Amino acid sequence: MSAVLADMPKSDMSKSVAPATTKAIAPSKGGRPWTFYLLATLFGLYVVALYGPMFCIYILSFQDIRGGLVFPMKGHSLHWFVDLFTQVRTGDVKGSFDRSIKLAVIVTVITVVVSFLAGLGFRRRFRGDSFVFYMMIGSLVAPGLVLGLGTGLLFQALGLNASWYTSALGAQLSWTLPFGVLVMFAVMSRFNHVWEEAAYDLGASRWQSIWLVMIPVLAPGLVAVALFGFTLSYDEFARSLQTAGSLNTLPLEIWSMTLNVTSPSLYALGTVTTIVSFIVIGASLGTIVLIQKKRGGRAKG
Amino acid sequence: MQPSPSPSRSNLAGWLYVSPLVLVLVPFFVAPILVVLAASFFATDGFGGLTPGFTLASYVEVLHSALTLKLYLATIKFTVLTWVFTLIIGFFVAYFLVFHVRNQLLAIGLFLLCTVPFWTSNIIRMISWIPLLGKEGLINQALLAMGVVRQPLEVLLFSDLAVVIAYVHQLTIFMIVPIFNSMARIDRKLIEAAIDAGASRFDIMRLIVVPMSKSGIALGTIFVVSIVMGDFFVVKVMSGGGSASVVSAFYEDVGVLQYPTAAASAVLLTLVLVAIVSLILRTVDIRQEITR
Repeated sequence: MSAVLADMPKSDMSKSVAPATTKAIAPSKGGRPWTFYLLATLFGLYVVALYGPMFCIYILSFQDIRGGLVFPMKGHSLHWFVDLFTQVRTGDVKGSFDRSIKLAVIVTVITVVVSFLAGLGFRRRFRGDSFVFYMMIGSLVAPGLVLGLGTGLLFQALGLNASWYTSALGAQLSWTLPFGVLVMFAVMSRFNHVWEEAAYDLGASRWQSIWLVMIPVLAPGLVAVALFGFTLSYDEFARSLQTAGSLNTLPLEIWSMTLNVTSPSLYALGTVTTIVSFIVIGASLGTIVLIQKKRGGRAKG
Repeated sequence: MQPSPSPSRSNLAGWLYVSPLVLVLVPFFVAPILVVLAASFFATDGFGGLTPGFTLASYVEVLHSALTLKLYLATIKFTVLTWVFTLIIGFFVAYFLVFHVRNQLLAIGLFLLCTVPFWTSNIIRMISWIPLLGKEGLINQALLAMGVVRQPLEVLLFSDLAVVIAYVHQLTIFMIVPIFNSMARIDRKLIEAAIDAGASRFDIMRLIVVPMSKSGIALGTIFVVSIVMGDFFVVKVMSGGGSASVVSAFYEDVGVLQYPTAAASAVLLTLVLVAIVSLILRTVDIRQEITR
């Protein structure tokens, strides 16, 4: 999805210049059609429904020790955050948090590299490409729990120990890679082949054209793939359930908490994970902006 | 043009590029699926021990059980309801952002606004409905205060309604993103030409926007359908154990170590999913549309 964001400015700036076109569907001044107001209302309601519940739990996570799961809010303190990271009764939140971050980073790196290469491969048709493509789609739509169980049984049959950095890593990749490759498709469909051909005309080798032309041009899209990989892994539950071994990842920990813990600790965890996500997205978007700024500066100079 | 390499060389290059992908998918997708397939033909001692062999007993059991039909009907009900709502909301949100918001930067900003909650844990987003839908939740408090109801509504949380709400909450983004993506690429000149030719806004919607967003709709549908049909924890948590789906039954089976029946029902579900997805892929060549 961020691929769209990254590429929007350059691909759509030219389109938005044509005033005559925008007129009919969204008139450029005054007299908006009634559909505008209807759809704007729908959009507003959607956003409220999207954020409303989450803001409730962020607010409720700052209650004091008397706090419950519903409003009204009882006092305010950081009690439930402290509770989250100290008490044994809520499980190993810190450890699972650590593992989830590490796992997500590994998954991200592998997803970016493999998706990029696969994207390059799928640009031209080759014998058996449909087979690989459908295998990928299959991996995307297969029920996660089933695949997780299969991977777990496979490891058992081979006498290997399931753990978060082996079986869970593989199980997560079977989900993040198809997403990554599909995003790569969208990203690469906007790559202008003229640049690549120019590189070849200037005597670049295949690797030089990839390394010096494609990667810099596609960098924002690659960041988007990375973002996808990170968040999909960080939040992956069904595929990790049977494959994580004895040590939990964060979603598994949250899952067991929903079964045992009925205190605002749960909400505090929601607040913490959201903050982490925001840091990751912020860093990624910052990278995209930086890349584009750098590029703009170079183009001017 | 770069010199076009010989077919065999380009085949080799293609395979080299996708080989890392294949090297991950074979052990972690193909092999596990085959293991599940094999397990579905095995016999069990009822304590988690598997006896290699070939018996169709598990399939007979699954297919003969009245529960199976009930589970599939429940799953299909959730899938269809979720699909309809996410499609309607997703399509119009994307349409609004692409065609109604004049400022490009604002459109991107609003798009981003829709994607942000996606980065928070699914499970957390699911529990976040408790303070709203619960018996003492905000909605019930408001309804009581307004005198609309005398007793708190119990149907809001831990019900089929709550399940559908949670699905729509989590999955609409999977519709918005691909539809937005394909709509944003519609050449405005086409629409201009249609207006010049006297098309109404409804005609434009029917004859241009919908057909040209079809790859996005198809992709979104694949995401939503496969996620809902493959899900179990939304059903489990949001229905409070009152409803079940095919995968939640599978999960229960695994919990009591009934691997062969679990595997048989998993194979069945996978076949159903494959049928649905290939039907979608038959109508829309996603790969063609994405890479065009």
